[in-house]
Amino acid sequence: MNSGQRVLVFGASSAICSELLKLLASSEGYFYLVARDSFKLAVQVADLEVRGGTIAGHESYDFNQWELHEAVVGRAVESLGQIDIVIIAHGSLPDQSDCESSPAAMRACIEDNFTSAAMIIQCCAGALAVQGSGTLLALSSVAGDRGRKSNYAYGSAKSGIDALMQGLRARFTGSSVEIVNIKPGMIETPMTAHMPSGALWSTPEAIAPQLLRAIEKGGGVYYVPGYWRFIMLIIRSLPNAIMARLPI
Amino acid sequence: MDISWGRLPIQGPSHSIEGDWRFQALPELDVGESVLPYGRGRSYGDSCVNSDGKHLSTRRLNRFISFDQDTGFLECEAGITLAEILDLVVPRGWLLPVLPGTRFVTLGGAIANDVHGKNHHVAGSFGCHLASLEVLRSDGSRMLCTQEENPEMFAATIGGLGLTGLITKAGVQLRKISSGMLSTQNVPFTSIEHFAELSRESMDWDYSVAWVDTTATGANTGRGIFSRAKHIVGSSDLGFSSKKRRLSVPFVPPFSLINNWTVARFNQLYYWHKSRNIEATEQHFQPFFFPLDSISGWNRVYGKRGFYQYQCVVPVEGGRAAIERLMGEIRHSGQGSFLTVLKVFGDRVSPGLLSFPRPGFTLAVDFPNRGESTHRLFERLDSIVRDVGGALYPAKDARMSPEMFSTGYPQLKRFTEQVDPRFSSTFWRRMQL
Repeated sequence: MNSGQRVLVFGASSAICSELLKLLASSEGYFYLVARDSFKLAVQVADLEVRGGTIAGHESYDFNQWELHEAVVGRAVESLGQIDIVIIAHGSLPDQSDCESSPAAMRACIEDNFTSAAMIIQCCAGALAVQGSGTLLALSSVAGDRGRKSNYAYGSAKSGIDALMQGLRARFTGSSVEIVNIKPGMIETPMTAHMPSGALWSTPEAIAPQLLRAIEKGGGVYYVPGYWRFIMLIIRSLPNAIMARLPI
Repeated sequence: MDISWGRLPIQGPSHSIEGDWRFQALPELDVGESVLPYGRGRSYGDSCVNSDGKHLSTRRLNRFISFDQDTGFLECEAGITLAEILDLVVPRGWLLPVLPGTRFVTLGGAIANDVHGKNHHVAGSFGCHLASLEVLRSDGSRMLCTQEENPEMFAATIGGLGLTGLITKAGVQLRKISSGMLSTQNVPFTSIEHFAELSRESMDWDYSVAWVDTTATGANTGRGIFSRAKHIVGSSDLGFSSKKRRLSVPFVPPFSLINNWTVARFNQLYYWHKSRNIEATEQHFQPFFFPLDSISGWNRVYGKRGFYQYQCVVPVEGGRAAIERLMGEIRHSGQGSFLTVLKVFGDRVSPGLLSFPRPGFTLAVDFPNRGESTHRLFERLDSIVRDVGGALYPAKDARMSPEMFSTGYPQLKRFTEQVDPRFSSTFWRRMQL
């Protein structure tokens, strides 16, 4: 990775994202950091500065205030001059049964994981289109590959991101804008802290170098860790009759 | 993952919770339930384990807060590992002032055990270089502790085994280096007396440590290799990465690979190899400070039953004779291992109420867990240590008696007053009379 990359980040305090940012900071990255929580953001800003990063700017706001996105991206472009990498990493994992019984929970799930992310992605893609270059990385999820009874609410939102990223890849084919769709498997983060960990689980520290390599390689769909590509291939090809009976 | 480094049959906690952000409150506890901060599980026995309660994992409290490149003052969260700190500071010309035998411990763990290194004779323990720390107590209060502010809590938390509350962050003064290279020398010695002499004449070396052959008999009794090192001034090689690929022990053998025969052969070879090469050589600090870090999971070689490390300190007065008696007992038992380390602690006073380092000799020996016979040997060793007014190191312990603990730590009562009522460990409960 070249040093001194100029990076715009939404969801800067998410666990996976902060491990990736550490790597970018140690190669003297320039950052414009955006997060929902100002306290967490302040912790993140100090950490990246110590690690060798330069914070060109940072701000926090509620990502569901969609009318603010454009101005935020505008300020980021102004502060960074040019954007080499955009990272969109925020999200939340709701309780599936809550989403079945409570319309408010379902709505929050879609807004946190699809609506806000999709609008930010579109807005950033627009900025990259204007400058004609840059890499846009967003975190979708293996959960979006197939609806499962245990978490189809979250899965449906992530599936939407997946379709959006596919479309963007097609839109930017032939240009210098790279669309990197990261599909994390089960990763031990605060978001998944309530779930029992096991053999297939990985950690943000372990997958961060894979995200960095994905940025270097350019546009595409990346399962992290890589074995999830095979697991999801099997899950996707299971007949409905079997899928419905599996306890997943 | 192993619950602690010795892989002994110690019951883990029913569940573990994560601390995510240092400004957050402690997680909710059930009525009567206790909690213990848990870093990387590098303590050998049960001092980092809380079987009857929760573990509060600090692995995500791993952020830097500030670093002044001109003065070398570093402030960070307590869950960060020393390896991660070194990755940042070494290329900028700074080094942690005290480094234990592994870099895979957390800053919080280094404080809570007031760890020592090969430079104890000049630098003292880790706590000597600690400027400040913050303790989060179960009543929700936060105490910023320094030598001036909340000094009693500061002294209790250094070496306090995680029992005074959660250490959220700490500030430490680093040491300036111009290069990561050391000039090292290995000197063979033939007796403990000879070792003591070498230690005395090596006071102006930055680092010193000795390996002793616990299996040698007859004329070879008490032989070993004294290693000493100095920072090289003038060189400017500051390259460093703790992330190099490491060898690993990929599985747990069904029985211990460490037995009398392998240990004796290893010791002969090691002594022979090292004593042939006594010229001063240049070496990076990494293999000198952390020889075993190059093999990931080395603790597995002791097989399914795990191993104990017995580490004691005996005072200068009567200390040499005590070390000789300890070595004699170990040799006689035929249970010693090749990881036998001897070092002289200097006079610098450790700041913690329960700090282990104190002036004298410290001996650390690994023993495969052979159940009853190993325990009987430990009792014989205990009585030698107790006779001269020595102490055992809680970070390595899984079996000492409460009496042994209270005689070795005269400030125990003062310490107990600072313990957080909701914090506990298997070790701590075991130490209650």
